[in-house]
Amino acid sequence: MRELKITPITNGTVIDHIGNGLALEVLRIINVQSLDKDSTVSVALHVRSGKLGWKDIVKVENMELSPRKVNAIALIAPTATISIIRDYKVREKRVVDLPDRIVGVLKCPNPNCISNQVEPVESEFQVTERRPVVLTCAFCERRVDDFLHHLA
Amino acid sequence: MSLHGRDVISIRDLSRPEIEDLLASARRMIPYAEGKRAIHPLADKIVAMAFFEPSTRTRLSFESAVHRLGGHCITIADPLVSSLRKGESLSDTIHMLTSYSDAIVLRHPNEGSARLAARVSERPVINAGDGAGQHPTQTLLDLATMQEAFGTLSGLRVVLLGDLRYGRTVHSLAYALALFGAQLVLSSPAALRLPDEVRDQLEPMGVKLEEEDQLHRAVRDADVLYVTRIQKERFPDEAEYLKVAGSYRIDNGVLANAKPRLIVLHPLPRAGEIAPEVDATPHAAYFRQAFLAVPVRMALLEALLGSPKARKGE
Repeated sequence: MRELKITPITNGTVIDHIGNGLALEVLRIINVQSLDKDSTVSVALHVRSGKLGWKDIVKVENMELSPRKVNAIALIAPTATISIIRDYKVREKRVVDLPDRIVGVLKCPNPNCISNQVEPVESEFQVTERRPVVLTCAFCERRVDDFLHHLA
Repeated sequence: MSLHGRDVISIRDLSRPEIEDLLASARRMIPYAEGKRAIHPLADKIVAMAFFEPSTRTRLSFESAVHRLGGHCITIADPLVSSLRKGESLSDTIHMLTSYSDAIVLRHPNEGSARLAARVSERPVINAGDGAGQHPTQTLLDLATMQEAFGTLSGLRVVLLGDLRYGRTVHSLAYALALFGAQLVLSSPAALRLPDEVRDQLEPMGVKLEEEDQLHRAVRDADVLYVTRIQKERFPDEAEYLKVAGSYRIDNGVLANAKPRLIVLHPLPRAGEIAPEVDATPHAAYFRQAFLAVPVRMALLEALLGSPKARKGE
């Protein structure tokens, strides 16, 4: 019998095919502290994967991801798949998809950018290259290709 | 496409035909900029000069341009006494200026400030320098000076000398020159070379980029020598600045083997990069460049704000 490393969840979200070692960054995006206190979060690190060799998995009970969080995960873990579970069944499954415009997800790495000052404005980036992903600040035009260190 | 009512934040906001139209219009504006003839396409217009960073020639040439077109200016020239000092956001200041004026000319120390202002403002915004960011009217007047001297931009051999790394206005100029088919020769101290990401954007435009560190060799075949100032405030640390400060200087000795028609340009103010003895030679075009700021900015303001009727009656 196949041993289950993580137990199934009744309702919630499974984020699978996260690049090896990136699950903790995904947890940061999900912001575990903000979850319902009855939600269980399961994390599997360094799991065998046919597609990726090794992968990480995150399961969160009683939570569905906002589009903004999906965009952030798309940047950090572009290979991830997201399954919405309702009543033990996968109701929806999709690969993460990077939109053309990313709003409020990253902080511009240019400290002198107007989006980092006290202004009523959210950070905004255009996806200017996709392989590998490069973003350009919609205000100061600074290019960013290292997303881990610039999550808002 | 008409420029009427548009924002001008980066030189990339303008197509090549739009730049050509502006340069042609700037040439027609010269007698008006000199005060020899009068024109009033901005007769009922107010232009707000929002200068949150020190500037002499940019602000004065914009003000002069507005007055020469028969318009009026309201000016924030000293950030120390302005609302910014009281903690007001740029967005709020722009909301206010939108209701007091027909267009806003903005200089601000933060990169991206002009893009933000353009989003907030219902009136056209002209970027007059956003920190180390864009300064499109400087590029236009650089092009106007070269075009006046040679009648064309295509095929000109232009040496860009100095800080090609931090000086982002030189990146805009390199882009515009590439758009017009000029040849670019890059000459800079090793620490101040053109960044790869700028190079990557220029090369697909078909421009040939040459490097020449020996100044006298770079100057020999050049049509234009564009000298930049090394700006201390753009360096991450002083030690790096001191390593390159004063590493190049143009004097009559450097220019001895230049073509007779070579012109030397500099966005000014200069800080020792060009010896005063060059001023008396036919190569010195930087004061003409400073003058052309007025007709170029007149051409832009007229295109953004002028009434079609006034233009017809010219």
